[in-house]
Order: sequence, then C-alpha cells, then structure tokens
Amino acid sequence: MSEPVEKENKGQALKSVLNSLMVPALAIITATIVGGIVIAVVGGNPFAAYSGLLQGAFGSVKAISETAVWATPYIFAGLAVALAFKGGLFNIGGEGQLALGATTAAFVGYALPAWVGYEMPTIVLLPITIGAGIMVGFIWGAIPGALKAFTGAHEVINTIMMNYIALNIVSFLMNGPIKDKDPLNVIARSPLIAEGARIAPIFDNLRVHWGFVLALLAAAFVWWLLWKTTLGYEIRTVGANPDAAKYAGINVKKIMTFTMGLSGLLAGLAGTIEVTGLNYRHELGFSSGYGFDAIAIALLGKNHPGGVVMAAILFAAMRNGATRMQFLTQIPVDIISVIQALILLFIAADSIIRYIYRVRQSGEKVVLTRGWGG
Amino acid sequence: MDWKRFSFIGVIIAVLFGTVVLVGYKAEPPILIIGSMLATTIAVATPLSLGALSGVFCERSGVVNIGIEGMMLAAAFFGWLGSIYMNTIFGFPALPSLLIGVLVAILTGGLFALLHAWLSITFKVDQIIGGTVINILAVGITGFLNRQLFFDKNSIFQGNVPHAPGVLPIIVFPVKNFIEWICGLTGESEACYITANAFGKVFEQKPIAIFAIIFVFVTHYILFNTRWGLRMRAVGEHPKAADTVGINVIRTRYINVVIGGFFAGLAGAYFTLESVPSFEPLMTNGRGFISLAAVIFGNWTPIGAWAASLVFGASQALQINLQFFRELIPAEWAFFQNSYAVGQIPYILTMIILTGIIGKTTSPAANGQPYDK
Repeated sequence: MSEPVEKENKGQALKSVLNSLMVPALAIITATIVGGIVIAVVGGNPFAAYSGLLQGAFGSVKAISETAVWATPYIFAGLAVALAFKGGLFNIGGEGQLALGATTAAFVGYALPAWVGYEMPTIVLLPITIGAGIMVGFIWGAIPGALKAFTGAHEVINTIMMNYIALNIVSFLMNGPIKDKDPLNVIARSPLIAEGARIAPIFDNLRVHWGFVLALLAAAFVWWLLWKTTLGYEIRTVGANPDAAKYAGINVKKIMTFTMGLSGLLAGLAGTIEVTGLNYRHELGFSSGYGFDAIAIALLGKNHPGGVVMAAILFAAMRNGATRMQFLTQIPVDIISVIQALILLFIAADSIIRYIYRVRQSGEKVVLTRGWGG
Repeated sequence: MDWKRFSFIGVIIAVLFGTVVLVGYKAEPPILIIGSMLATTIAVATPLSLGALSGVFCERSGVVNIGIEGMMLAAAFFGWLGSIYMNTIFGFPALPSLLIGVLVAILTGGLFALLHAWLSITFKVDQIIGGTVINILAVGITGFLNRQLFFDKNSIFQGNVPHAPGVLPIIVFPVKNFIEWICGLTGESEACYITANAFGKVFEQKPIAIFAIIFVFVTHYILFNTRWGLRMRAVGEHPKAADTVGINVIRTRYINVVIGGFFAGLAGAYFTLESVPSFEPLMTNGRGFISLAAVIFGNWTPIGAWAASLVFGASQALQINLQFFRELIPAEWAFFQNSYAVGQIPYILTMIILTGIIGKTTSPAANGQPYDK
C-alpha cells in the first residue's frame, strides 16, 4: 500500500525541485538575453561577447582554476547573506565585514611572527590568522544584530553605515599604521604575510588554493547547522516568525545577535581566505562589490547552501570571463554588473518570470525581510 | 517631531559649529566662521534633504524605498551625460545645457522610481529587495556606460571625458548689501561689516540648494494641509480603509513613489551639476542611505527630516571648514582633522539615532506592506 504513495511523493519532490530550479534558470536566461540587447544597442556583438565570456571562464584548465579562485570569496559571502536571510535578517554589511576580516588577517599574518621573533609554523600561525580575521567579522556582524535585537534599529541601515565606517578604518590603516613600508611601494597595501600564514595552492602551477575546498566545506557546514542542529532550528524559527519563536521559549534576541555574528564571520572568512590563500596581503579597494554580489548570489541560490555554491560559481564565471570578453570585444567588464542586477531583478520579481513563461507558483512564498517597524 | 529631538539636533549642531569656532577664532572672527559653516551646511545638506523628501513621499504612502541611493547615482550620471551631450554635441550654451541636465536627472530618478513602484506595488516584491535591485542596477548601468562612453575610442566622445559645461551658478540674495547699507546708516562700525559678510555667505547659494529648502516647506504643506496629502497618509496608514472610502490605493502609491523619484533625481543632479562638474562611479557614497536615516529620525515629517539632514550636513561642513584652519590645530589633535576620523561622524550619528535613545519613532502603519485587496 505504502509503496505507490511513496513513489508519488518522490515524483512530487522531484517535480518541486525542478520547479524551484526553473525560475532561477529562466531568470538567468532572460537576463542574458536582455544583457545581449544592451550590448547590441551600444554597438557590440552579443554572440562574440558571450562566447568570449565562456572562453574566459571555462576555456582552459587555467580559466577553470581562475573561476574557482573567484568563486571562493563569493561562496563564503553568499553563505553569509543566505544564513542571515534564514534568520529573518538582511546583511548588506558583507562588504565591511569582509574588508575588516581581510585587514585583520593581513595584519596578524605579518605582524605576529615579526613580534614573536621567529618563523612560526603553518599549523600555528594560519589558524591564529584566520581566527583573528573571522573574530573581527563576527563582532562587526554581531553589532547590528544586537542593535536590531535590543533596540529595534533596522539592520539594513546599520549594516550599510558600518560598511562605510569599516572602509574608513581600513583605508586609514592601509594608508598609515600598517602600510607596506617598502620604499618602492606607493599604493595603500599591507606588507606580505609570513609563509606560515599562507594557504597552499592545490596544484603547482595554478592559483586555485585549498580555500576553495574550505568554501565547499563551509557550505556543507551551514547546511548541517541550519537543518541538523537545534541552533539551526532556532535560527530558522526566529526567521520565519519571531513572535512564535518567543512563545516557544527561544531567546530571540540572543539568536538574532548570534545569527548576524555568524553571518559576519562568514563574510570575514571571505576576506581572510582572500588574504591567506590568494593575495598574501590586503590592498585597498580589492573587495569592492563583493558585498552586493553576495546578496544576488544568496537570492539566486534561494538561500540554500547548495544553491549558493552554484550561484557563486556562475557569478565567478561571469566575473572571470568578463576580462577575456573585454579583451576580445572591447565590451566593458561592467556589463556583468548590469546582467547580475537583471538576474537579481528577475529573481526578486519572480512573478515577472512566471508571467512571461507561464510557470505556476509552487509551495509557499518565502518571507525575506520585514518593513521598518522594528 | 518633539522638543527632545529638536533640542538634540540643536545641541549637535552647536557642538559641531563650536568646534570649528574654537579652532579658528584666532584667525577669523567667530561670526564669520559661523556664517561660513552655515553656508557649507546648507549646501552639503542639499542631497540629504532632497533624498529625505523622496523618502517621505514613498514611505508616507506605504512604500519602503532603500533605492534612493541608486536613483541618486543614476540621476547624477544621466543628468551629467545630458548636460555634456547638449553642450558638446548640440553646441548649447552652458546654462541651458545644465538646466536640461537637471531635467534629465529628475526624469531618471522618476524612471527608476517607476521601476521600484512596478516591482513593489504591482509585483508585490519584498520592498527592501526591490530597493537593493535598484541600487545594484544603478551601479552597474552607470559603471558600464561611464566606461563605454568615455573610455572607448569608438564611442561618440572618442574615448575622452569631454569638457563639462561647469556647474550651476550661485544665486546671490542681496542680504549682504542690505546689511551694509544699514551699517552705513548706523555709524560704519567694523563689527557691522563683518556681520554683513557672514550673512552674505549664508545667502549665496546655488539653485538646487535653494529649491531643496523651498520643497521642504511645500511638502510639509502638501502632506498636512491638502486633500492629496491626506490621501497619501491614509494609503500609508490604513490602505484598506482608504480603499473603502474610494481612494485608489495603487494609483496613489504609484504617483507618490514617482514623485519621490523626482526628488531623488534632483538630489542626484546636485552631485554632478551643482557640486562638481564631473562624474565618478559610486560618487553618492551612501548619501541616499543617510537620508533614509534622516527620514526615520525626523519621524517621517518633511521638516523633521530636513533638520536631521542639517545635522549630517553640519558634520560634513566641520570636515570642510577645519581644512581652512589646518595650521591652528594643536599637534595632539591632529588626528581629529584626519578625514578618516571626522568622516565617520555622519555614519555613527545615524546609528545612534536609529537606536531610538533620542526618542522612539513610529513608521506609517502600512509601510513596507504590499496592498492586497
């Protein structure tokens, strides 16, 4: 008796998974078409542009490696936004958390061994460096979380304000106290971090490093946290309905603060890994745009860690391929921002996509944020 | 707006002005410093007050708009583009080109607002996400076109940034002459002429700054003294009740969001047509978000939001005016004149204000909720 029912359930589950992938896929296709029209309007050849883009993103082993390099911070930052969304919070502060995390890691990575006075082994220095970076990210995220929980101040404005504050702090540090003192250096950047604070590349002659694997593990961890632990259950309950959560005995204020802290930690990790795995230093302005791209990635991935990884790889491919596209067709790389904004538009307004392609709504609508109120 | 909040605003502005006077009184008479601070405050508060008016129009009718930042940025770009297009391609003289630029900026703001209205009212998209879409779209479009038009050799400007037709001219109210005339009648004292000079500075403003102040009071009148304002508030507080008595909720919201967009567009015009004759990517630098904080602090009233904008303006004016007295700042305070330190003031103030320790605010009841019949 039970078998056919189960089969039917399985069929429905598959159908609903397909349906939930359908809208993002159609959104990407539609955005690509509109982007192609924009390219054509400014006098470019959209087909040449897109084929250049694909070539640049996946055309060779090196290209694929570079796409993975781009995807690494995107996965961390996308997870940060997605986790906050799951807790009913909107973290626009990824940019600041990322920059501060990166700066801290860059500082600890060169200053600590210099202070201690001998070369520290990777097993000691790397965890300390990463730990310092993510701790600062956690604090920078937890502050707006606590302000929201205890005073009702909306986290959207506060995280944005803290972005500007963070960028001011970072540019102060990069131009002053921790500027690279090398006499040949004229730009605002920190010195190279010690060997012991670096994450090794996976292959000898490619830039892709173990941070990419760490990013995938982080995605698995977030999935485990959200759906397999009590804490994750509490985060999701607070996100779905804070009043009900309070009634059920969950400490809503604590969970809100912690969720934002964790979100900041992940964003800080994005910056930390960029420093320890790729650049070996922090440079002013390298992080511009990650915070906002992360929002689009989280929404495109439907706030699911697996979706976030896929969306991050897509965005990474676009960013990475864009350089080749600009080289081949002179279409500015900034077209990618337009296409990404369009993807976000069609994801946010999925009714547009449903209307154009006559796709029916499935399941309940996800509540992402609530108005000001507080 | 209650006395508590207005006095907070008064105290902060007094502290900011007082700091500059303390630093510079040896070099210049205090009244001149205050005059110059006030003049700068009014000028730099312009995009904030206009952004705040944009917020008031949207949110009073029930639509949260965090896309003001993006609307300003897009308007700054397209307004500037319009003015140089008129000036270099069609050969218009500077002033008409600039005025057409302002018009283009206003329309750009309106167009982006129309997109926001379409998303949040018709498609009932989460309004904060909708605003984020506007912001990201504006960054993308302006960045793309900026590079495509001005750095690509095949473009209409041959890959050069063309010579911009300048900025809008200063409008001088003859206040200075008037006071000087009185000085002449009352015995030609030096103090009197210094006062005339100080007032003169305050009353030499550029047109968008002047219109911003006028619009604050016009909006106040509209909101609280006209039928339209009553409808707007009704739609934002209790759309169902408004609908029952025959107000078209959807249409009212659409109109007000687009009007809000016009104001954001005018704010954008300030950046490239009134402040400096050039465009830089991301040049709005968070002003749109700060003006939202001003709306919240001003409790969704135009005059309150304007007063809050002046606080932010004053903190920026402090930074600008301290530059004049660089040599007078003692070494141990040198850190303070650093823009990294003073530049933080508006952002930190915003966060303090949002905590509500200066008094709770009440948002329009239906703010952020799409209307379902």
